[in-house]
Amino acid sequence: MSKIKVLTNGLIKENPVLVLLLGMCPTLGTTSSAINGMSMGLATMFVLICSNVVVSLVKNIIPDKVRIPSFIVIIATFVTVVQMFMEAYMPALFESLGLFIPLIVVNCIVLGRAESFAAKNDPFSSMLDGMGMGLGFTLALTLLGSMRELLGTGKIFGATLFPEDFGALVFVLAPGAFIALGYLIAIVNKLKTK
Amino acid sequence: MEYVLMFIGAVFVNNIILAQFLGICPFLGVSKKTSTAAGMGMAVTFVMTIATIVTYLIQKYVLIPNNLQFMQTITFILVIASLVQMVEIMLKKVSPSLYQALGVFLPLITTNCAILGVAISVIQKDFDLLQSVVYAISSAIGFMLAMVLFAGIREQLAITNVPSGMKGTPIALIVAGLLAMAFMGFAGLA
Repeated sequence: MSKIKVLTNGLIKENPVLVLLLGMCPTLGTTSSAINGMSMGLATMFVLICSNVVVSLVKNIIPDKVRIPSFIVIIATFVTVVQMFMEAYMPALFESLGLFIPLIVVNCIVLGRAESFAAKNDPFSSMLDGMGMGLGFTLALTLLGSMRELLGTGKIFGATLFPEDFGALVFVLAPGAFIALGYLIAIVNKLKTK
Repeated sequence: MEYVLMFIGAVFVNNIILAQFLGICPFLGVSKKTSTAAGMGMAVTFVMTIATIVTYLIQKYVLIPNNLQFMQTITFILVIASLVQMVEIMLKKVSPSLYQALGVFLPLITTNCAILGVAISVIQKDFDLLQSVVYAISSAIGFMLAMVLFAGIREQLAITNVPSGMKGTPIALIVAGLLAMAFMGFAGLA
């Protein structure tokens, strides 16, 4: 597979959220607005790139039996880095994403890519794969966040498109997350079969 | 009374799946049959309660005295992973029948974000040990309730006629949304 293909693979064809249906918890939990969704996507992307590179570098040193626990420690380390960085420099964002920042550690996308890609490939392709998957995740979260913010409050990224009175508040609340994601995946399914 | 309110709050008002979005993977993954959903719910209840007690004690007597709070995420996930292994081994020995019932679900639980989520949120909410235990058990019961209800609906859904693009996950998510909407009706109970 060429390097470009590795990068674009995660973006659309194997989009982790919309096609592979991985990492559903942060997808639903942090997309009450476009900006929250995007920040969560970027935070996950950082962890994904770093852990992919490190896993790929140490893959020959780690005995096969303790592979998964070692991967989890590597991932947890980078999650802690993100957590401390956000707490120090973006306290407001850290507050609104809350619990979901430490929970990046149990995001199946990160461990899944470490196991299925980084453990078999060289560091550079692993980095590209992490970037591609991360971008795909960010794209899906931003899309869902914009959709929910627009339908719920009439804004995208805080810019008003139509008056707030016409918004259906339910889309910002919990049920709207499920329903919006359901329709988004349905649209993707439809496009895929064409 | 405080504990009753906490119970109702965690089961109905802030249901761990439908309001807090924790544990969506098993919620969508193993909810095709009511019996498996109940089995998963039971296994989660078991592990969540033990994990919350253990991580709480570690946080209080190991991490805080040594000023190591920043190690929380790493410690907790390792503790939970090894705990699941240990529970599995012990259960095999002590109660083979329970092991038979929960067995297949146990390894899946390590990556269930609900366990780590509850363990971290009892620390963030500054609960004492008893409150943490009540909170963990009630959250787990809320998890089981949502799982079983959802599985019941999905069993019916499997035999209904759904537009082709909506088949599978999309319709399941929309049903979950409607279920979440129904649970919103409990707001104000506690």
